[in-house]
Amino acid sequence: MTTLVIAEHNNSELLASTLSTIAAAKELGNGVHVLVAGKGAGSVAEAAAKVESVEKVLHVEDAALEHLLAETLGNLVAKVAEGYSHILAPATTFGKNFMPRVAAKLDVQMISDIIGVESADTFKRPVFAGNAIATVQSEDSVKLITVRSTAFDAVAAEGGSAETTTIELGDAASTKSSFVGQELTESERPELTAASVIISGGRGMQSGDNFHMLEEIADKLGAAVGASRAAVDAGFVPNDYQVGQTGKIVAPELYIAVGISGAIQHLAGMKDSKVIVAINKDEEAPIFQVADYGLVADLFKVLPELKEAL
Amino acid sequence: MKILVAVKRVIDYNVKVRVKADNSGVETANVKMSMNPFCEIAVEEAVRLKEKGAASEIVVVSIGPQQAQETLRTALALGADRAILVKTDEEVQPLAVSKILKEIVAKESPEMVIMGKQSIDGDNNQTGQMLGALLDWPQGTFASEVKVEEGKVNVTREIDGGLETVALELPAIVTTDLRLNEPRFASLPNIMKAKKKPLEEMAPADLGVDIAPRVKTLKVEPPAERQAGIKVESVEELVEKLKNEAKVI
Repeated sequence: MTTLVIAEHNNSELLASTLSTIAAAKELGNGVHVLVAGKGAGSVAEAAAKVESVEKVLHVEDAALEHLLAETLGNLVAKVAEGYSHILAPATTFGKNFMPRVAAKLDVQMISDIIGVESADTFKRPVFAGNAIATVQSEDSVKLITVRSTAFDAVAAEGGSAETTTIELGDAASTKSSFVGQELTESERPELTAASVIISGGRGMQSGDNFHMLEEIADKLGAAVGASRAAVDAGFVPNDYQVGQTGKIVAPELYIAVGISGAIQHLAGMKDSKVIVAINKDEEAPIFQVADYGLVADLFKVLPELKEAL
Repeated sequence: MKILVAVKRVIDYNVKVRVKADNSGVETANVKMSMNPFCEIAVEEAVRLKEKGAASEIVVVSIGPQQAQETLRTALALGADRAILVKTDEEVQPLAVSKILKEIVAKESPEMVIMGKQSIDGDNNQTGQMLGALLDWPQGTFASEVKVEEGKVNVTREIDGGLETVALELPAIVTTDLRLNEPRFASLPNIMKAKKKPLEEMAPADLGVDIAPRVKTLKVEPPAERQAGIKVESVEELVEKLKNEAKVI
């Protein structure tokens, strides 16, 4: 029984989501192998070999793997799948994109976004925007799973000494899809999913310009800036700021919700945060039902005060 | 170009979902059902492509009980030309859905399939990608922009960190994200007209697809409730609590 984890990386670094996925793999009690597919990803393969609990790294180098398009990566993972009892990837836009393709090729009903491992074939996962938690059991011979990274504590990046095997992409490359371009949000601040402090704004912020008030506080706290779907829909900030069931799922040490009413879909994305602070002028706002500390006040009055106090 | 759009009937977006007392699932009796919001965006995108002249016909398909007809009629009122209901009262999991859609694609030969990135009940986010693999078609998932050109489609995708654009050879699959468009409301005359548009019915067995579930749901529970904390009176008190009580700053 061996588990294969598909590494998420940017061709230079192994991303934290991979370490959380390896943590889930560890709970299965099997040996853990990691597949690093990329272009110029040698440093990623080296990093993966040092990760705690990893026994073996499969390294695939090919120009066709530079952007890890789902068609090619799906073909590759299906090709190397034989012999593994479980194949895991992070439930990020990376993992969600290619894993179902692997599942269809192997004729397996994949299990998405697990938050708990009950046994080798039984897992917990949120459904209905996190309003219910289902315990599901797979009857397939190989289990294909994506892992919600906030639900598993990352394994140590050091301490392992795995052997590395190089394999070829061969005929797995697909030419039906090609990469055109990328626009990554430039930010000095931490990534939402990796930040230990997040300050998010909602419709109450009234405009995109007003988000600078959150940014100033974020810079004092070393925090990431997020937003509710309402703020994204209103055009205040881009979609990659969105925290919620349809955006990013986060679980920082401290989550500060400003001018956010607390719609179910937003709560689903942040309610596992360790400490939640809500600032809202409507004392009936549902966000207060999940907040550890609530401040009923006009955000335009208290944000400058908060900035001064930090 | 013919476009196939797959839609699903789900518990309405605004309904607070409740887990059944016996933990067998969630309460669906007397609960308002609607088209999955991501599917509405898929229908809208197809209609816009048709209005721009990039598409000639829109076929909408749903898999589900008899009542899924209502969802199909909604799609017809929004601008789809005809509908197919693959009727079943059984649970159909994403792999089986994609196998059914593969057979529908074989019958209809569309050049593009558009569907939501996920349904808001199962939250699986699998079907479009699975269909892509079964057909060996390329995919543009979580789309925020779709541009059809000669023989290909450029899809801008919402990814963790920003946006990515891919070029796909046609035929291709597109799955929709929230910012792709804002769906229109069906007008009363269009709702009336939709009643006369063709709606064909068939069963999964007619398509030769085995829909037996591969994953068993053992139980469904409400999530752990978070307790409301305290209200603070001032920023000063808040900062003090965060520093000394919660120790998070």
